[in-house]
Amino acid sequence: MIEVENLRKSFGTVNAVDGVSFVAHDGEITGLLGPNGAGKTTTLRMLYTLMTPDAGRVRVDGIDAVADPLAVRRRLGVLPDARGLYKRLSARENIAYFGRLHGLDEATLRARSEVLIDALDMRDIADRRAEGFSQGERVKTAIARALVHDPRNLILDEPTNGLDVMSTRSLREFLFRLRGEGRCVLFSSHIMQEVVALCDRVVVIAHGRVVADAAPQVLRERTGAASLEDAFVEIIRQSESAAA
Amino acid sequence: MHAALTVFWKEVRENLRDRRTVMNALLRGPFLFPVLFLVMFNLQISAQLKDADKPLPVPVVGAANAPNLVAALTQMGMVPEAAPRSPDGAVRGQRDDVVLVIPPGYASHWNRGQTAAVRLVYDSSRRGSNQSAQRLRQMLQRYAQTVGAQRMVARGISPAVALPLAPEDRDQATPRSRGALLFSFLPYLIVLTAFLGGMYLAIDTTAGERERQSLEPLLANPVPRSSVLLGKLAATASFALVSLALGVVGFAVAGRYMHVHRLDMVLDLGVHFFAITLLLMVPLVLLLACLQTLVSAFAKSYREALTYLSLLMLIPLLPSLLLAVIPFKSQSWMYAVPLLGQQLGIMRLLRGEMPGAADIAACLLGSLVAAAVVFAATLRVYGSERLAVSA
Repeated sequence: MIEVENLRKSFGTVNAVDGVSFVAHDGEITGLLGPNGAGKTTTLRMLYTLMTPDAGRVRVDGIDAVADPLAVRRRLGVLPDARGLYKRLSARENIAYFGRLHGLDEATLRARSEVLIDALDMRDIADRRAEGFSQGERVKTAIARALVHDPRNLILDEPTNGLDVMSTRSLREFLFRLRGEGRCVLFSSHIMQEVVALCDRVVVIAHGRVVADAAPQVLRERTGAASLEDAFVEIIRQSESAAA
Repeated sequence: MHAALTVFWKEVRENLRDRRTVMNALLRGPFLFPVLFLVMFNLQISAQLKDADKPLPVPVVGAANAPNLVAALTQMGMVPEAAPRSPDGAVRGQRDDVVLVIPPGYASHWNRGQTAAVRLVYDSSRRGSNQSAQRLRQMLQRYAQTVGAQRMVARGISPAVALPLAPEDRDQATPRSRGALLFSFLPYLIVLTAFLGGMYLAIDTTAGERERQSLEPLLANPVPRSSVLLGKLAATASFALVSLALGVVGFAVAGRYMHVHRLDMVLDLGVHFFAITLLLMVPLVLLLACLQTLVSAFAKSYREALTYLSLLMLIPLLPSLLLAVIPFKSQSWMYAVPLLGQQLGIMRLLRGEMPGAADIAACLLGSLVAAAVVFAATLRVYGSERLAVSA
C-alpha cells in the first residue's frame, strides 16, 4: 500500500507538485492520470525516494519514505521514466545486476529470473545483449529487473510509452496478473484508453494538484460526460478555471 | 559493502566488453607511450652525439685549387666528395648539408701570403646543415690558425702576438644533464597512462550512465549512493592501476632499447623502479579517479565529459613543464603536493637514487588527503537530487 499525504515539491519558482494526496491499495491498479507536465513524474520520483519532498509524507506499507528510504525502496519495484538498460549486458545479466543490488542470493536470483523470463515471455531474448533490443524488449527487460526482488508494490511511469499494440496488450495482461497476486500497482499515464482499460481507481493530476480521485465510472457520472476522455477534459478545464 | 562489490564487478565486466575502452585504457596508453618515448629519446641522443666522431662528407668545388687544404681537412675528418653542378641548388634542394667552394684565385693569394677566401654554402635554418657547416668552419679555423702560426714563426714573430686573448669554453652541461631534461617527461607520461586508463570508466559510469538513462533505475535500488559511488570508483581506479602497471612494464622494456649508455647513464627500470613507482602512484590514481568522476558528474553527456576531461588532462603536465623550464631544487614539502611529489619521486628513481622514507610518506599522505577531499566532494554531488534526473 502506498499512501501519499499533501506532497509538495518546487523547483525554483515552479510548484511542480502542490499538495498531492492519494492512496494506492493492495490488490488494485491505481492510475495517475494527467496531461504532460502535470507533476506525475515528480510525484513518482518522490515515492521511490529519488527526490525528497519539500513537505508532506509518503508511506509505503506504513514505512516513511524520508525516514527510511532504503526500506521503502526494498518494498518497491520501479519502472522509471528513464529505463535505460546496460547494452553490453544480456537481458539476464541486466536482471541479475539489480537482483544482486537487492541482496538476493544466487539461488533465489536464478529462480526469480526464470519466473519473470517466462511470465514476460522473453525466453528468446534472455541471453542476448541488450544492444539492439526493440522498444518492447527493452520495457520487458526493465520490468523484469524492477520485479526481480518480488516487491509488494509496483510503480510504473508511463509504462506503455512507445509500445506497439501487441506489447501494450501483453503488458496489460501482466499488470492484471500482478493485481491478482494482491500487489499494489501504481502507474502514470496521459492516455485515456489505457486508464479505462486498466485501472480500478483513477487519480487525476493537473498543475501539481489532485483534481479528481475515484473509480473510472464514478468520474464519468460526476462530470456527466459520456466517455472518460470527456470527463478528463472537463475536469482539467474546471481545475484551470479554478486556478485562474 | 556487498552492493559496492556488485557495482564494481558489473562495471568491470561491462567495460571489458567495450572495445573502445579496452583499446584506450589497456592498450593505447601502456604501449604507445613507451614506444613514443623510446623513439623520441633515441632521436634526441643521436642528434646530440652525431657530431665529433663521425666523418663529415662535404662536396668540394675546386678541390684542385687547394690540394693541401683538402688533405688537411680530410685528416680532420672531412670526406671530400664530387662537386655538385650548382652548390646553391644542392643545398637548397637538401641534397647536401654543406658545400665547400674553393675559388680559382685561392692558390695565388695563398702563395703571396695574403688572405685566401673559401666559401661555405649551407642553410642555417636547417639543423643538420647548420651543424655540418659549423663543424667545417671549426676545421677551417684550426687549419688557418696552425698555418698562421707557422708563417709568423717563419718571420720571427711569436704567434702569441696575434692572439692577445684566448677565451676558453667550459660548458657545464653534460650529455647526461641534457638527457635528464628528456627524462623529466617520463613521470608525466606515467601519470598520463594512469589518467587515460581510468578516464573512460569515469565517464561511462557517470555521464554515460546518465546519458543512457540507466542511472535513475539504478538509484531506485535499495543501496546507499555512497556504495554505488564506491563501486564505480573502485572499477575506475582498477582500470587505471592495471593500465599504469602495464605502462611501467612497457617503459621498462623500452628502457632496454634506449641508448642511455651513450650518455654515460645507467637507466634502471627494474623491479625496484616498478614497485616504488606503483606505490607512489596508488594514492594519485585514487585522486584521479575521484577527480574524473567528479568532473564527469557535471557533464550531461559522454561527449561533454570527454571534453572536460581532456582539459583536466593538461594539469598533470604542469609539474613536468615547471621542472623542465625552471629546474628548482627539490624540497621536502614538495613531496606532499600531489603530482609534484610523484614527479620528484620518479625522477629520483630514474637517477638511480632511492627517495627517503619521509619523502615517500609525505608523497603518499599528501595525495591520500587530497583524494579524500575530492572523494567527499564527489559524494556530495552523488547525493544530490539532480544527479539522476536526466532531463
